[in-house]
Amino acid sequence: MNSKLIEVNNLSTRFHIAEGTVYAVNGVSLEISEGKTLAVVGESGCGKSVTMMSIMRLIPIPPGEISSGSAVYRGQDLLKISEAEMEHIRGKEIAMVFQDPMTSLNPVLTVGRQIGESLRVHLGMNKEAARDRTTEMLEQVGIPAAGERLGDYPHQFSGGMRQRVMIAMALACAPSLLIADEPTTALDVTIQAQIVELIKRLREQLGMAIIWITHDLGVVAGLAERVSVMYSGFIVEEAIVDDLYEKPSHPYTLALLAALPRVDRRRDKRLHSILGAPPNLLVEPHGCPFAPRCNFAIQRCQEENPSLESIAPGHNIACWIDVNTGGPR
Amino acid sequence: MEDSSTQPTTSVASLAPDELEAPPLTLGQLTWRRFRRHKMAIFGSITLFLIFVYCFGGMLFYSEADANRTETGVRLQPPSREHPMGTDTIGRDILARTIYGGQISILIGLTAMMVELLIGVSIGAFAGFFGGKTDSYLMRGTEAVLVIPQIFLLLVMAKYFAQSIPNINLLGRTFSGSVVVIIVVIGITTWPYLARIVRSQFLSIKENDFILAARATGTSTRDIILRHILPNSIAPIIVSATLAVAAAITLEAYISFLGLGVRPPTATWGNMLEGAYNYIENAWWLWFFPGMFIALIVLAINFLGDGLRDALDPHSQAA
Repeated sequence: MNSKLIEVNNLSTRFHIAEGTVYAVNGVSLEISEGKTLAVVGESGCGKSVTMMSIMRLIPIPPGEISSGSAVYRGQDLLKISEAEMEHIRGKEIAMVFQDPMTSLNPVLTVGRQIGESLRVHLGMNKEAARDRTTEMLEQVGIPAAGERLGDYPHQFSGGMRQRVMIAMALACAPSLLIADEPTTALDVTIQAQIVELIKRLREQLGMAIIWITHDLGVVAGLAERVSVMYSGFIVEEAIVDDLYEKPSHPYTLALLAALPRVDRRRDKRLHSILGAPPNLLVEPHGCPFAPRCNFAIQRCQEENPSLESIAPGHNIACWIDVNTGGPR
Repeated sequence: MEDSSTQPTTSVASLAPDELEAPPLTLGQLTWRRFRRHKMAIFGSITLFLIFVYCFGGMLFYSEADANRTETGVRLQPPSREHPMGTDTIGRDILARTIYGGQISILIGLTAMMVELLIGVSIGAFAGFFGGKTDSYLMRGTEAVLVIPQIFLLLVMAKYFAQSIPNINLLGRTFSGSVVVIIVVIGITTWPYLARIVRSQFLSIKENDFILAARATGTSTRDIILRHILPNSIAPIIVSATLAVAAAITLEAYISFLGLGVRPPTATWGNMLEGAYNYIENAWWLWFFPGMFIALIVLAINFLGDGLRDALDPHSQAA
């Protein structure tokens, strides 16, 4: 019943640069079942995108290095197969939508050609079939007069429309998993809502699973079944959406939620912000990475990094502290 | 007058729909619009066209045999009704020779450019795309070619190879084998500049998000290079290629002038100048006509290249 589509185990990614080694992803494990949606939340630079790029094998090596872990997609470890095999997975089985639609389309190719390309490569469609399918996709993502716009170039589309084109491009081959890397961050709020609705509708239609990367906990609520919170390359809390909002159990999640603007909160109060900055990823992690910014930190937090442990069914946190009592668990 | 002063809103409103309904210009249209405004480029294109008409249309009036027929009785004749551009030191008609020589000069220009393009673009593309060790080796190789003075290299290679090549028959015409030597020699000595341009283009374009997006949809490396990066770097390549034609024609003229280029009887504008320096004062028509054609075509191509550079540059303010 609960068949796993992709299982990422203990994934670690590093970058060896002139200044030293960047510990970008440290032992991340994720899993997602067919047709489900997982949200990965965290502030900028916490390793969300690098995790996804590692799974897609889009990390430039060198300087990157996937130092450990596996990413098993339908029984196949994506980190071990050849580049040629990976090309068949990308776009056909797992597709990606990127953050900035303004720069993610090739400016010198027509939109029709860019969408049609993967159809012709992956599904072996001829020109006419690819053209029909591309028109259909553009209609599905809500581009008016789709047939006439196939020959248009990206600069003739607005930002929101370009993100729709990107989505059409990603979904053309009906992938089983869509990785959406902050697809709404570069768009204004009304367009954001449209794009979220669009992806939700297409999820029902195509029955695909989604990994939705965002730093906006507000977007997550209506979209995902499960949420993983990342900090400094670690997963610090994972839970089903309702649990995370009702019983956030990691100090970092608490702080993130407190920083979220809400309509029912008094307006004369300032929004919370998390003091300090994310840790320097050039230093090998030692102790809990959040300890320097954490209100609850105790001596043990400086010395030992807690591992993910279950505190309730389906609810895991990596913390020495019980945030309800403020004392050690 | 009355209308516009009393009802300013209608005039504004009547403008808007027109503007909205006009379809946006495609890249090609924008390029053409910018090119058209470049007066010198238009002049260059027309001149170039006329030179082509002269060289290829002239075949209808003069046969190649006319161009190569020697009549010692009429040597060194000044321009006349019978020989509008005079005759050379062994009595060949200069008008006919500029026609057939022009064909060879243009042929050399175009094919040498293609050789240069083939080598320069592939080396630049590989170095820029793969980076790392590949880049280091290819660029060190490029620099090695670059440090040898080009004219020197050209002369040595031309002298070394030209002896052994037999004549070539193509389309029922006989060419001196030295034509091929010159094409190859020019091609393999000029590519380093182009390779560097292409490499720098590839280095910057491959970092774009759309390349990552293309890879994420499963595009193969080959398609990334040929269908995503190359079309994005086509503008400087076209400009370089245009200017390379002019450079190749000039280089051919150099080598031929020094007597190491294309061998007679095949005429080129360059080898028509050979020996003319003995007659600079006495027989000006010997050097004036071929020299004029070389100057005209090089000038025209350079203007065209300039125009293309402006027209193909998306940041250009010309439009």
